[in-house]
Amino acid sequence: MDLGALYEEVILDHNRSPRNWGDIPGATHVDGRNPLCGDRITLSLQVEDDVITDVRFTGEGCAISKASASMMTQAVKGKTRKEAEAIFEGFHDLVMGKAGTAPPDKSLGSLRAFAGVSRFPARVKCATMAWHALREGLSRES
Amino acid sequence: MNTVAMADSARAAAPALDVERIRADFPILQIRPRGRPLVYLDSAATSQKPRQVIDALRRYYEEENGNIHRGVHYLSELATLRYDETREATRRFLNAESVNEVVFTRNTTEGINLVASSFGQAFVRAGDEIVVSLMEHHSNIVPWQLLCERSGAVLRAVPVTDTGELDLGAFESLLGPRTRLVALTWVSNSLGTVNPVERIVAIAHARGIPVLLDGAQAAPHLAIDVRAVGCDFLAFSGHKMLGPTGVGVLYARGDWFDRLPPYQGGGDMIDTVTIEKTTYAKAPSRFEAGTPDIGSVVAFRAAIEYLERTGLDAIQRHEHALVAEATAQVGALPGVRLVGTAPGKAGVLSFTMEGVHPHDIATILDQHGIAIRAGHHCTQPLMQRFGCGATARASFYLYNTMDEVNALVAGLHRVREVFA
Repeated sequence: MDLGALYEEVILDHNRSPRNWGDIPGATHVDGRNPLCGDRITLSLQVEDDVITDVRFTGEGCAISKASASMMTQAVKGKTRKEAEAIFEGFHDLVMGKAGTAPPDKSLGSLRAFAGVSRFPARVKCATMAWHALREGLSRES
Repeated sequence: MNTVAMADSARAAAPALDVERIRADFPILQIRPRGRPLVYLDSAATSQKPRQVIDALRRYYEEENGNIHRGVHYLSELATLRYDETREATRRFLNAESVNEVVFTRNTTEGINLVASSFGQAFVRAGDEIVVSLMEHHSNIVPWQLLCERSGAVLRAVPVTDTGELDLGAFESLLGPRTRLVALTWVSNSLGTVNPVERIVAIAHARGIPVLLDGAQAAPHLAIDVRAVGCDFLAFSGHKMLGPTGVGVLYARGDWFDRLPPYQGGGDMIDTVTIEKTTYAKAPSRFEAGTPDIGSVVAFRAAIEYLERTGLDAIQRHEHALVAEATAQVGALPGVRLVGTAPGKAGVLSFTMEGVHPHDIATILDQHGIAIRAGHHCTQPLMQRFGCGATARASFYLYNTMDEVNALVAGLHRVREVFA
């Protein structure tokens, strides 16, 4: 199996230098955890007038979970709650392999690099941990 | 195998392991995951099973299956005989005095929960203390926390040194007039440290405190003599020592089982039942309510006999050689930190790699057919102690080879390339 399918260059890059790394003091904080492996993420989230104006994260995890969190923050910043939810749906289908053999939805942008995760069932949770934290944060913000 | 054949093969056994012959007994080692030869370095999670155990399981279901301690018919009698033969084999394996000291459980976890429940009910009150350590598996922490919540007792933990050994001085000072039980692991599943259990038991017994040992990682690797160690309770699992899943052992010395109230109620554990009152059977039956995993218990004997025939001393020497080589080679890789460096470790090598999470190490190795464990290994307090959320863990057993150590090292070079 081609390892490149999982560890795409863009994923390795975000793992090395995660974007939006840090904390937003006073914002909504959500902890994400994977009890199976002990990985964790702390997401801080700022929503104004239904728009995600800022989102940052810190934590400890594998390349997949870290890059997923990093690229998620880029993808949802400036988006409305509904737009972010739509991106999550598309991303979720992608890593669960529900998109089938069709080429990944172009609107996912660089998140399409995670298509390979669907072939590694044990790693799907790594890819979705930050997203579940985001959704919990958004539900608390509403 | 009958006893005559066993004695013959024991005499014929050379001091060093004939690993190629051993490997031929393990059918699963022939599979090719992802088109590569299997390099199985996760025996601390569960061991693979020799043909002899698989055959015993099949034979049981094809020729011997009946419920035990119930019928007067041929199959019930035969199944009961086979079940009791494993109890005797287990007694011999442990050098226990009596088969009544041996109770079959599902696994180590159930054995510890049994003691936490029954010993706790009989002997632990508010303000009493239970002593565990920072290197325990969660299964030797959480049952005691549950007991503490129920009873108002307090949990204390022995600290661990930088090399991954128990701090025995601190252990002694933790023992006090309210300490009711010491519950420690014999061999650390995350680090491979072999704890000085005879000394630990002596220290506790000098103060009249009983000791439970978690033997999950000891029974597969060490020649056990419970009379020499002197522990009061010992729990371990069959599946980590070549046996089937679904069978574990709880040993309790002398009359301990008779002093404990039942754990679960049901069939097979009673003397007589009326709606007003039930009287209970003696141990071990008293602690084996309901139909157990008879087939797995029966096949577990084949695992015990396989280990005895091969010789635990020879197995241990073989593992030490593998761990020493792996430690030297992996430890020399740039950015690698070994977690747990106690002398005389059992077959475990735990490590981290700078800039690469253990999960990613495990995934890349898996693509090369190499199975290791990555994560906290159900020892989160220990991971916190060593300042890492997770480690990569390679664990070795009697069927592993030096070639597989080399394959691991080559795989780790590949990990470095991907994450360069």
